[in-house]
Amino acid sequence: MRSRKLLFSVLVLMLVMFGVFATAFAQEGGGAGLTIGFSQVGSESAWRTSFTEAVIAEAEARGINLLFSDGQQRQENQIAALRSFIAQGVDAIILAPVVETGWDEVLQEAADNEIPVVIVDRNVTADPSLYITRVSSDFVHEGRLAAAWLVQATAGQCDIVELQGTVGSSAALDRQQGFNDVIALFPNMQIVQSQSGDFTRTNGKEVMESFLNAVDPSTICAVWAHNDDMLIGAIEAMKEAGLDPAQDILTISVDAIPDIFQAMVDGDANATVELSPNMGGPAFDAVVAYLAGETLPAWIPVAGGIYFPDTAAEELAARSGS
Amino acid sequence: MVDQVPLLQTQKLTKTFGSVHALAQVDFNLYAGEVHAVLGENGAGKSTLVKLITGVYHKDDGTILLDGQSIHPQNPHDAQSLGISAVYQEINLVPTLSVAENIYLGHQPTRFGFINMRRVNAQAKALLQTYNLDIDVTRTLSTYSVAIQQIVAIARGIDMSAKVLILDEPTASLDAAEVQMLFKVMRTLTAQGIAIILITHFLDQVYQIADRITVLRNGEKVGEQLVKDLPKRQLISLMLGREFAEIAAAGESVAPPISADAFVQARGLARKGMLQPFDLRIAKGEIVGLAGLLGSGRTEAAQLLFGIVHSDAGEVQVKGQRITLKSPRDAVRHGFALCPEDRKVEGIIPELTVRENIILALQAKQGWFDFLSTARQEAIAQEMITALRIVTPDSSKPVGELSGGNQQKVILARWLAAQPEFLILDEPTRGIDVGAHAEIINIIKRLCSEGLALLVISSELSEVVDYSNRVVVLRDRQKLTELTGDDINETTVMRAIAEK
Amino acid sequence: MVDTKTAFEKAPAPRGFSVARLLRANRKLLFPLAAFLLILLGNWLISPNFFNVRLVEGRLLGSLVDIFNRGAPTVLLAIGMTLVIATKGIDLSVGAVIAICGAVAAVLISETELSPVVVIIISLGAGLLCGLWNGVLVAVFDIQPFIATLILMVVGRGIAQLITEGQIAVFNNPTLEFIGKGVVLGLPFPILLSAFVFILVLVFVRRTAIGLLIESVGSNDRASYYAGIDARAIKLLVYVISGLCAAVAGLIITADIKGADANNAGLWLELDAVLAVVIGGTLLSGGRFYLGLSVIGALIIQSIQTGIFVSGLPPTFNLIVQALVILAILFLQSDDFRRPFARLFQRLRRHS
Repeated sequence: MRSRKLLFSVLVLMLVMFGVFATAFAQEGGGAGLTIGFSQVGSESAWRTSFTEAVIAEAEARGINLLFSDGQQRQENQIAALRSFIAQGVDAIILAPVVETGWDEVLQEAADNEIPVVIVDRNVTADPSLYITRVSSDFVHEGRLAAAWLVQATAGQCDIVELQGTVGSSAALDRQQGFNDVIALFPNMQIVQSQSGDFTRTNGKEVMESFLNAVDPSTICAVWAHNDDMLIGAIEAMKEAGLDPAQDILTISVDAIPDIFQAMVDGDANATVELSPNMGGPAFDAVVAYLAGETLPAWIPVAGGIYFPDTAAEELAARSGS
Repeated sequence: MVDQVPLLQTQKLTKTFGSVHALAQVDFNLYAGEVHAVLGENGAGKSTLVKLITGVYHKDDGTILLDGQSIHPQNPHDAQSLGISAVYQEINLVPTLSVAENIYLGHQPTRFGFINMRRVNAQAKALLQTYNLDIDVTRTLSTYSVAIQQIVAIARGIDMSAKVLILDEPTASLDAAEVQMLFKVMRTLTAQGIAIILITHFLDQVYQIADRITVLRNGEKVGEQLVKDLPKRQLISLMLGREFAEIAAAGESVAPPISADAFVQARGLARKGMLQPFDLRIAKGEIVGLAGLLGSGRTEAAQLLFGIVHSDAGEVQVKGQRITLKSPRDAVRHGFALCPEDRKVEGIIPELTVRENIILALQAKQGWFDFLSTARQEAIAQEMITALRIVTPDSSKPVGELSGGNQQKVILARWLAAQPEFLILDEPTRGIDVGAHAEIINIIKRLCSEGLALLVISSELSEVVDYSNRVVVLRDRQKLTELTGDDINETTVMRAIAEK
Repeated sequence: MVDTKTAFEKAPAPRGFSVARLLRANRKLLFPLAAFLLILLGNWLISPNFFNVRLVEGRLLGSLVDIFNRGAPTVLLAIGMTLVIATKGIDLSVGAVIAICGAVAAVLISETELSPVVVIIISLGAGLLCGLWNGVLVAVFDIQPFIATLILMVVGRGIAQLITEGQIAVFNNPTLEFIGKGVVLGLPFPILLSAFVFILVLVFVRRTAIGLLIESVGSNDRASYYAGIDARAIKLLVYVISGLCAAVAGLIITADIKGADANNAGLWLELDAVLAVVIGGTLLSGGRFYLGLSVIGALIIQSIQTGIFVSGLPPTFNLIVQALVILAILFLQSDDFRRPFARLFQRLRRHS
């Protein structure tokens, strides 16, 4: 028991240090007068929308001329947008890629035109020399944090059902990996059912329903969802099956969208790990630093915290206000 | 060419569909170098015979011998490799490809694995010259007339295999000059020893080109004769299984009781580019024939009268009241009906059953919600099937599976079921065999005597002259004259058409 | 519950109903039904408690219930799609119409004082308008249905996003929620609602001349026009019905999660609907249609999905398994594919 506690403490310490490192790099302001192209995945989720809004707001505050392009979740649209940024001769490009592969050619074109590219959010498989740095949430970290909380909440004993994100997305892969890395340390924690809910509420609900039919609901200790939307769907499924979510089955998910705070206020959810949408600032900082001739780390992680029902009401007020 | 071994022979060839004997124990002999006409009414088994020989269908019983060897063609491709090619009425070519590409589609001469277009074109040109056809083979096929397309199809068939050529209604859409061009090609082929099976409804053409005739009736062979030994009258009796006198008698004309008031009247009806101002009045119980060459404006007049195209001048009156014709629906509402010229495109609904096809116009007239009960539908269908002698196993057979003549009757039945007062028949006897032809003419006469106003468009002058009370002659989209009474005979009509 | 017997609506109605006789009369009906039963059987083999149904707080729970409940939106779309496809058309916009109608309902209920009934009517009205838009493009302007409905498919989601302002528009209203989450006699309300719409449409098209006229227009629209049928009105009608069906599906999907997700609600569902219609034996080239069999087709698709969920198979295989099973069904329906097996079977029988 003691060793387990120790292990947990070390884990938390590691995570906190990570966060400190991330914030330490952040600089204030800069970049006025630059023209920067921003190619966003699309507006497929509330989180994505607030991410976009945060970047636009940050650019406005800094006096950056931001060219924004919505890729509507299609890589060809994003590649076209990048080519148009290159043609317009922007000072830098910020790319939030929809998928990881297939960017080499267009990034090479940017490099040929000496336009620095910052990758934000999801990763790319291209040669790292083709972009100056990557600013992203650390999905693995989020998975670890979620697992760490669950270990603590269940004293390391839990049968978990997992709602995966879209198959093959880096958010799903990394969150799964981070989570599994941690629970692997605890022999009495295991994932008993796992399916993809495609990051949507409808599918989260449908998959949760099928879990509740496939195994005896009383044996499920917790549901781990790769995003809040799927969990909100799962909460509905649990309620319809006569279960009390957050009581009969613990919940842990990632994103920290306003609706999950509402669910916490209502007593239907236990915890959420924040996926920070504030990647605009660090990305602009990276561009400014690069143009000033500084060397950048290959990856600038942006960490988010974990939130619980005790602060849910405040967070809800703060977040739905914006 | 007689007393030799047949090139192609069938012995006791039999094919049944369900309980219907499509072909029963048919012995058919085709000799090298002859044109052999296969004749019979619709449903007699002509196409079944062809389809068995070309492998579209598989025989139930009997044998097919080619050069004395028993053959079992599995599909048309198989038959082709054995030396049997067929060219159908609907030409199976690709209209958007060039003539040369069509001839060599699928077996192009290649060089290093690539199609050698120059050689394709040169070969195609040389091939067509053997048919006295000197055309630009690189032009798109569809830019040529149907006759040339037909010859291209034949050239393709002959080029691929050269023993037996089957021509199914090759002249149906050709004009007289084109028919002669085709016949010339056929003679060239027979001179090379190729045997041709000819399926056609045009008896005159049979006597012009064929050497031998096989007559089928109800799936059985009822005669095989050399053309010179079989007079036309006897042929028709064979095909119908009735004496010719009977047929002629059935067609005796009824005295035309013409009521004085016009039921329908068109005044200055016109549309730019389609028809010059056109006057017409038809009373109940009257048959008006519309004569003229193809493209003279006959079909256009019908389309204007039926609201299919909108007139830009003139008016149509029904019983003295002016009516608006914006669509066929309007026309139907005023008691009009039209059996269109193009049966396949404008007439039948192929997937629907005979019954549904028959009640369709009546149902459309009654609207969406006044649905005819199945029993009512069946009663109407049965009445029509009997009255028009439609040959079908039952009323629930999809109409697309009936023969052409029966399809034509179904469309006629559709309009009769809607109880029209004014019926327009556009080429009611086209593509129909002799028996059905006579029946349809009798039906037309009967309808007239029942008080229907009829407008009949036909290319068959003898026919128009036979039943019309008046004949309107059109040329170059203009009404030339109107003949009445004793003036109506083929000569006067011809003269009217030809007159300057 | 969806009554499979109604799938036989087109067979001639003899006095005294006999399933065996009808199946013999129209073998077409056999395959979708057999495929459905086979898949259910397969699911049962994979997950032994597949057919277990338990009653919790007056609500039936179980995978079988899930299939009918989760399949309800696809069933509804398939009903509308069947009629559209029967006229030789296609409606690609239904997924987007779901998003629009869901967004309309969610935003109106949370941001206005309108009564839920009015909100539902307005939302259905939005679906009707979408259908009318498609119908006008196809019937009046004679634009290819594929292209005409593609317009709304692409623009529709944008419209829905405008309505929800890019967020998932959540709401709390028991009446509206009832459409997706309500329970009547133990059954989830979407099941009853889809069954009701099915019967309504079935009666509407088969007890009137409309079904026949749809088939006529789909089989040969020019000849139908010549026969005095108002082909334009028929086409307009089927797109409107399709739009209304999509609106009902949109209400179910939105009510189910108490929120309108403009991005994901009904995403790609139009393709499932087309597939359901094809599995049900209605040809994409128009003409004869089989409403009941389209419903079976939709349930087949859903039962594959539910089967995969309870199988515990890694989600990476979802799409492959789905594709393989559907391919197998389509093969089963293909005469050319079946013939060699039928011949083999005959030979075996002759030998024995």
